[in-house]
This record gives sequence, C-alpha cells and structure tokens, in this order.
Amino acid sequence: MFGWLVWRDLILAWRRRADVLATLFFFVIVVSLFPLGIGPERETLKTIAPGVVWVAALLASMLSLGRMFGNDYQDGTLEQLLLTPQSTYLIVLGKTLAHWLVSELPLVIIAPVLGLQFGLSENSLAIVVVSLLLGTPVLSLVGAIGAALTLGLRAANVLVALLVLPLYIPVLIFGTGAVQASVGGTSPQAWLLLLAATVVLSLVFAPWATSAALKISVE
Amino acid sequence: MSSGRINWYKYAAPANFYPLAGKMIPWFALLTALLFIVGLYVGFFVAPTDFQQGEAYRIIFIHVPAAWMGMFLYVLMAIYAGIGWAFNARLASMMATAISTTGAIFTFISLVTGSLWGRPAWGVWWVWDARLTSTLILMFLYIGFISLQSSIDDPRRADRAGAVLALVGLINVPIIYFSVQWWNSLHQGATITAKSFKMAPSMLASMLILLAACWMYSIAVVLVRVRYIIREREHEAPWLAEAVALS
Amino acid sequence: MLEAINLSCVRGTRRLFKGLSFSANPGELIELRGENGSGKTSLLRILSGLAAPAEGEVRWQGKTIRSLGEEYSGAVAYLAHQNGVKDELTAIENLRIANGVAGHALHKPEAQIVLEQLGLSRQQNLPVRFLSAGQRRRLALARLLTSKTTLWLLDEVLTSLDDTAIKLSSRFIGDHLTKGGIAIIATHQDLNLAADRVQRINLSSGLSQ
Repeated sequence: MFGWLVWRDLILAWRRRADVLATLFFFVIVVSLFPLGIGPERETLKTIAPGVVWVAALLASMLSLGRMFGNDYQDGTLEQLLLTPQSTYLIVLGKTLAHWLVSELPLVIIAPVLGLQFGLSENSLAIVVVSLLLGTPVLSLVGAIGAALTLGLRAANVLVALLVLPLYIPVLIFGTGAVQASVGGTSPQAWLLLLAATVVLSLVFAPWATSAALKISVE
Repeated sequence: MSSGRINWYKYAAPANFYPLAGKMIPWFALLTALLFIVGLYVGFFVAPTDFQQGEAYRIIFIHVPAAWMGMFLYVLMAIYAGIGWAFNARLASMMATAISTTGAIFTFISLVTGSLWGRPAWGVWWVWDARLTSTLILMFLYIGFISLQSSIDDPRRADRAGAVLALVGLINVPIIYFSVQWWNSLHQGATITAKSFKMAPSMLASMLILLAACWMYSIAVVLVRVRYIIREREHEAPWLAEAVALS
Repeated sequence: MLEAINLSCVRGTRRLFKGLSFSANPGELIELRGENGSGKTSLLRILSGLAAPAEGEVRWQGKTIRSLGEEYSGAVAYLAHQNGVKDELTAIENLRIANGVAGHALHKPEAQIVLEQLGLSRQQNLPVRFLSAGQRRRLALARLLTSKTTLWLLDEVLTSLDDTAIKLSSRFIGDHLTKGGIAIIATHQDLNLAADRVQRINLSSGLSQ
C-alpha cells in the first residue's frame, strides 16, 4: 500500500512537472539574487553562502507545501485516502516521502552547483549537500503539519509560511552551522548530529500531528 | 460530590460560565489597579539607582514581567486548547483563543521594552541575543496561532486546528530555545549579558508585584474577551439574550 | 449491524439534526431525503467516520466506529459529491491505484472488466480530465464496485448519470444488497430498489418513517 501511495504521488508530480520545476527555478533565482544584492566580493560571498542556500531552500519548500495535500483535498481523493483501512500515520509518511523526493531532493542536487557561485571549497560543498540531505526531510515532515492545517483556507500559501517558518528555525540554525563550521575550518560533526537528531524526532512525532490536522481539516 | 460543595463541572458550559465571569471581572480589575500602583511605586521610588545603568534600567520592571507573561500565557493557551480538543470542551477552546491575544500583547511589550532597555544599556536598538531572539520567535508563534484561527470560518475547526498548532509550538519551544542558544554562543560578538547587573531586594520585589499585577490584568482581560467570544459564538442560544440583559 | 444512536450534528452555528437514531442490517437500504442543506451529506460523513457527531455515536457490529478505527474503514465505501478521482490519471490508473492504496491490488484484466461493466472501456486509457461528468461519476462507481465493502454510503449517486447509467447503478446497488451489503443513499429521486427492508429518513422534517 505504501508503495502504491508513493508511486501515485510520483506519477502525479511527473504529469504536473511544470509546477515542480517552477519551485526548483525559484530556488536558483533566489540564491542568485544575493550576490546581486550584496556584491560579488569573494570573502563576503563565502560568509553568506551557508545562510543564503539554506534560507532559499526554506522558501522554496514553503512554495511546494501547498501541493502536498491541496490537490487531493480539492478533488475529494484526500478523504478517500483517509477512508482506506490504513493508518493515517503511514499515509502521511508516504505523502511526505513523495514530497521530499519531488520537491526537496532536486534542491539538494542542485545546491552544490550554486555553492560554486559562492566560491565554496569542495569540502564545504560536500557539507552543504549532507546538511541539506539531513535537513530537507525535516522541512517536508514539519511542513506537512502546516500544509494539513491550512487546507482549503484563503491565502493558504502565506498562512502556511507564517505557521511553519518559526518551526523551521532549529533546522536552519543546525544546517547553516554545519556549513559555516566547514567554511571556517572546524568540524561540522556536532551540527550534523543535531540535524540527524532532529530528523529522527520529526519522523516520530510530525506525522502524528499531520494526521490529526488532516482529520480536523477534512471534517 | 456532596450537596454542600460547588459543582465545578457546571461552569464548563458557556451558559453558566458567562455570568460567573461577569461577577469576577470587577474584582480582578481592582486587584490589577492596586498591584500596579504598588509595584510601580516600589519600582520607581523605592528601588535604588543602578550605578552602571542609571535610571533607564527601571524599564526592566515592565520588560521582565511582560516576558514571563508572554511565556506563561503561551503554555496556558496550549493547555486550554489541548483540553478543548481532547474533551471536546468548547469553553476551554474559547479560553485559549481569548488568551492568545493577551499573550501576544505581552510578548510584544517585552520585545519593545527589551529594545528600549538595550539602547541606553548597550547603545543599539536591537541585539540578537538568545533571549530577545527567542522572544521574537515566540511572537511569531503567537501570530501564527492568531492568524490560523482568524482564517478558519468554522469555529470548531478553528479551535482544533489551533490546538494542534499550539501543542506543536509548545513542544518546539525548548528545541527552538536550545538551538538559538547554540547559535548565539557561536557568534559571540553579539552577546552582551546582563551578568554585571546586581539586583537589590526592592528591585526583585517590584518585579514580582508587577508580575502579580500582570496576572490579575490577564485574568480580567481574558474573562472580558471570553465573554465576548461566547456572545459571538452562541448568539443563537436562547439563554444568551437573558444573560446579556442581566449583565 | 450498523446502528446510529442519538446523533446530532452542528454545522457552524446551526443545528442540522438532533436525536437521530436508526439501524440497518445486511440487505437493507436506507434512503435519506431532505432539502439541500438539511444535513444529508453531514450524516453520511458522520457514518463514514470522517466527521464526528456533536452528540451520539455510531456502532458497527456492536462496537463504536471510533474504537474500531481502520477495521471499520475497511468495511465502508463512501461515494461523496466529489468523485474522488484524479484528473491527471487515466481511468484505469485511477481504479488500480485506488485499490492498491486501499491494500487490495487490482490486476489490469480485472480492472478492465469492471470498466467495461460501466461502459468505460473506450475511455480506460484517457486521463480523467477528458471525461464527461457522467463518465467520471461512473468511474467513481467503479471504485465502489471494486472496494469489496459491506456498507455503501452514497451521496446523490445518480447525479450526472443518463438513463442507461442509472439503470446500471440501480442494478449494482441491488446486487450489493442481495449479497448482504447495506446501502445508505442520499437522494432527491425515488430509487425503486428492491431490498429486504427500505427505510426513508427525511432530515428536513426530522422524522423517520
């Protein structure tokens, strides 16, 4: 059942790939805006790179959250999913995984390319990838809560950002901390471990909150 | 329960709580006024001048109680919301909504007074220290809760969605605080602690009295607001017309 | 098997119905009548488990549906106002994925047979957004047919259907009842379905006949 659910979301995302690509391009554009706004000085760019990449990833994630449940809510398939004899926890997990694969993984893949624009070393680029790899699942898991709470509401996109961005702050701090450590020459290990802990915690608790939120919104 | 004791469950119904709240409000308002007068007197006339910061430090008598209230009220709001959700208790949910505004106001006051304190003390209007930053994030959490509830038309969905958000926020607060602490200790340059600040007993007394005043104020104002919410939500109920006429 | 006990429903600030009780056993049909907005959809949603009643409870085989959780979900199929089909998927994909997610995979040949029964053979590989309203409703019915559930909750099942499709649907519902299923249908029209027992519940007047 889990496989069918993820497969379903993947096919749907593929058939609407314009939406998915738009988010990716948004990420690229936002990251590129910063040197334009701040100036192309090597050292400045290296300093701001971790923050810029991570904040852009956060914002791009925000844009994609509406798609997690919104479409299914509109055509009635969401309630059909909730009516299957499967635990809502697993349904949420499946949708979150699909969301991560479609909306977050591309960011992780393209981030090192963007990191080059900021003059980051190979080591630092590797840490950018690892930190995003660890951190983006949290963005999907926690973002799902916001997406579920705001189903069908006016201005849901902005509202989701308002609700979820404060909750993203720890991930932002740990993720940028790891990259900054690498840029500064110290070990990013502690930060990466914190990120890993956050992932585990989110995996255990976030889908529960999302399930509850879905049931509330669908009622 | 014996017949001599009050049946508290009766007051879980908005219809019964409404007049009770109405009777309590004047008392709390009175206590608020008294405690504020005493607390401010102690803070401004009894507490000594700080030899490092001069008179300007006195703003902490408002800043610290406001900050504490912001935090306590968030926890209280989350608890009420949780009870309202778990037990399907409308009044508890209404209390959560009523508390949210007051909590947000206190947090805002705490941010503004924190900033005002910073200016004479450190020369800047804002510092990214762990406490102020955490307070800012708390402000965002309040704004999120209030925005979510105002965006949902169906009152019960608003109650329950708010409960989920408030509880998720509550669990996250320690994580956020911890991460901000770490972030802050890493970028030491911005940190200026008030460790050198010595507290005279009268200063502590003033803060505690003002904290009590804030509590009394909160109770009074939350009761007023919850009565307003009850009137709005139960406007079709027959008991309401009588009760409004009486109070 | 299905018992509704003292149900009451509130939408916003309006009370739609109160003190509603009824029961249904295998082979029985309940017709829900009432004006628009009288609570037919709300009642169906309460019976499906999606919504909680303001008061009262629903029991399945003696246990509350709340306590049964997923076990109850496995016994119920709900055809809502919306069809519950994805526009971007083809008819056959919709059917197979819906079954796969529900935990009982449907092989392609079986899916094709069902679609043929509903007159959707030619449309099976078309994305649903190219289908007419009637065809989409029939696809939703196909999903119902493959769901292997005992209790069918149908909200205005006959809307957008032409006469042939209506006859088809009536036959399917009739078969379902004969095999021991239960059907609760919200409808504006008379259904003329044979069943062991037919109850009519009119929500507008708050009466049950």
